[in-house]
Amino acid sequence: MANKNVSVWTSIPFWRRSAAWVTGFATILLIWLSFDTLGQISMGTAADLKNGVDKRVPAASVINYKIDYKYSKKRGHEVPVIGEKQPFFGKEWSEKEADQLLHLGKLTSQAKNCMNCHTLLGNGAYFAPDLTKAWLDPAWQNGGPLQGMTGKKTVEEAMAEFLQHPSQYPTHARMMPDLGITAEEAKGLVAFLKQMSSIDTNGFPRGFSKTLKTFEAGGTYAH
Amino acid sequence: MLTSIKTNEFAGDKGKELGMMYFRVAIILFGAQLLMGLIAAIQFLVPGFLFELFDFNVARMVHINALVVWMLYAMIGSVYFMLSDETGEQLVHAGIGKLAFWVLTAAVTVVVLVYIFIQVGPGTEATIWLINEGREYIEAPRWADIGIVVVVLIFYWNVFATFMKGKKTGIMTVMVADLLALAGLYVAGMFFTDNISMDQFWWWWVIHLWVEATWEVFVGVLAAYSLIKIIGAKREIVEMWLWIEVLMLFGSGILGMGHHYFWIGTPEYWWEIGALFSALEPVPLVAMFVHVLYDWGKEQGAAKAEGHKGAVANNGPAIAWIVTNAFGNFLGAGVWGFFHTLPQVNIYTHGTQFTAAHGHLAFFGAYATILIGMMYLGVQYAYGIERLKATFKSKMGIFLIVFGVLGMTVALTIAGYEQVLVERAELGGGWNAFFQAQELPWYVQAMMWRAIMGVVTFVGFIYLVWDLLTIGKEQKAAQAV
Repeated sequence: MANKNVSVWTSIPFWRRSAAWVTGFATILLIWLSFDTLGQISMGTAADLKNGVDKRVPAASVINYKIDYKYSKKRGHEVPVIGEKQPFFGKEWSEKEADQLLHLGKLTSQAKNCMNCHTLLGNGAYFAPDLTKAWLDPAWQNGGPLQGMTGKKTVEEAMAEFLQHPSQYPTHARMMPDLGITAEEAKGLVAFLKQMSSIDTNGFPRGFSKTLKTFEAGGTYAH
Repeated sequence: MLTSIKTNEFAGDKGKELGMMYFRVAIILFGAQLLMGLIAAIQFLVPGFLFELFDFNVARMVHINALVVWMLYAMIGSVYFMLSDETGEQLVHAGIGKLAFWVLTAAVTVVVLVYIFIQVGPGTEATIWLINEGREYIEAPRWADIGIVVVVLIFYWNVFATFMKGKKTGIMTVMVADLLALAGLYVAGMFFTDNISMDQFWWWWVIHLWVEATWEVFVGVLAAYSLIKIIGAKREIVEMWLWIEVLMLFGSGILGMGHHYFWIGTPEYWWEIGALFSALEPVPLVAMFVHVLYDWGKEQGAAKAEGHKGAVANNGPAIAWIVTNAFGNFLGAGVWGFFHTLPQVNIYTHGTQFTAAHGHLAFFGAYATILIGMMYLGVQYAYGIERLKATFKSKMGIFLIVFGVLGMTVALTIAGYEQVLVERAELGGGWNAFFQAQELPWYVQAMMWRAIMGVVTFVGFIYLVWDLLTIGKEQKAAQAV
């Protein structure tokens, strides 16, 4: 062979073989980890919710429950906490109805291109607020300014009203445009947002929205 | 001036001719990307600009889609361009290749027109099929997805058949393997699911494994090819570097995916995997940096020792862009990426202007630079010029574009820094926190600088296009005398 007196460090066949092995090994590891992850992030069921089984991504019927985001000492960051039953648009949704509503909501979020202004799970554009935990945002709760501005009594009604007529409710000089969202689509979007807020995101966003009281008092040193 | 792009010295090299056709569309889409970026940058400062007429989501979608598509066009163009040099064979099915080009270009035109004039649709499957899929970077409606796959398969089959017929150099072997991975990954982003975590999980298989794995390897291949072409670097040395780069790029990049799996609902073990492998991702970029500068310096030194005067490179603008790539890839992808890749930092920086700063410098530094270099190689070949010298316009183009992009990056980094402190650490990332941070002077001023630097970049782009259109004809005429 022509390269018999060449050190292994300058041998092309050596590096070619190493590249193939390393690539193959990394790919197999990625596929193996992906199988484990896909199992963990597949959507839970309504039965899981009834039996109090925590899933990283709960079923669509999580919209029938109160969701909170609390600090967990054990894990060292905030985690979603699914509480007692809570009516969503004034009723309890069957498993099938909830699935359909979430389907409509997810589809609408893509059809209206939400991700090119907002951020979902921290991904997307940064022109408008992150929606990962938007359902839990103090501003939308009872007494919060966003709920107050729509004159509605619940988070879901306030959000749905805003989504249908965003430019009637300017919250900031940078406004959301009217995207022709129908009443039904708005309900779906709110279901999508509520379900997303129940996803275990390993503590992201950290320290999410200080309490409503701090918020009302303008509790920041930013000014 | 327009006749000057009708180049004429291909002497039957159909691959190179086809490559030039791809380059021309690529540069037009590059311009579209910059224009859309300018509109989006203005909308940060003047919220009412084109409100409910051409909103930020549309401008931003076209901005990022034009980016991806122009790079893919320039990549395909580069492959067709280098094919005959590397394999010693002519493209086997030039006619079908040309047809695929026109089909792809027609499809891209229709998609862009629909983005611009129809924008959004009702929440139905029909919107996903016909208007847009609303998934960042891969918004193309499903009919176009399928069409793109068909066209890319035609391209791949054409390249593969030529490769099998001809010489099998290391450069071309890596290229063929890499293109297969690149094309295959696109399929991972072509389905709909109600589960947003699942959606994002597979979305990253396209986006991350493209940008931080297959595209980086592609850049390694182009650097290797162009070093042989421009400075006459020794093939054995270049190919040895290439295999080492592939080893390190895939070794770190494939599992580096973990850094996108910190907060999308995926398990915690990705913290450690993502931190480790994405911290290794800058290492191959250092290798690529050393590779380019080492070979350039060595060949220049050897030429000098033999008593030759002047630059060893036979294409001034191309070598300038390729050396810029060595710096830009390391700085933009490596340093700016490492800034916020560890989960301890990323929990605060994820989804802020830090990401935008990294994105701007990395896409430009790692990809735009070397692809522009390839375009200059194309011009040189098309006019049959022995030594293409940088003109005033070439220099203005590269200087203004690099200065503009660096300026945008610094501005966005400052904006991101302010967002991390105020919006994330202090106020916790809610609605109110977001807008508080958007109003502070640090942020507003940074966004103003971003817009100004965007204009600088655009002026540089005009010089670049002007140069690409005229440099060939002018220098050919000058050298004929």
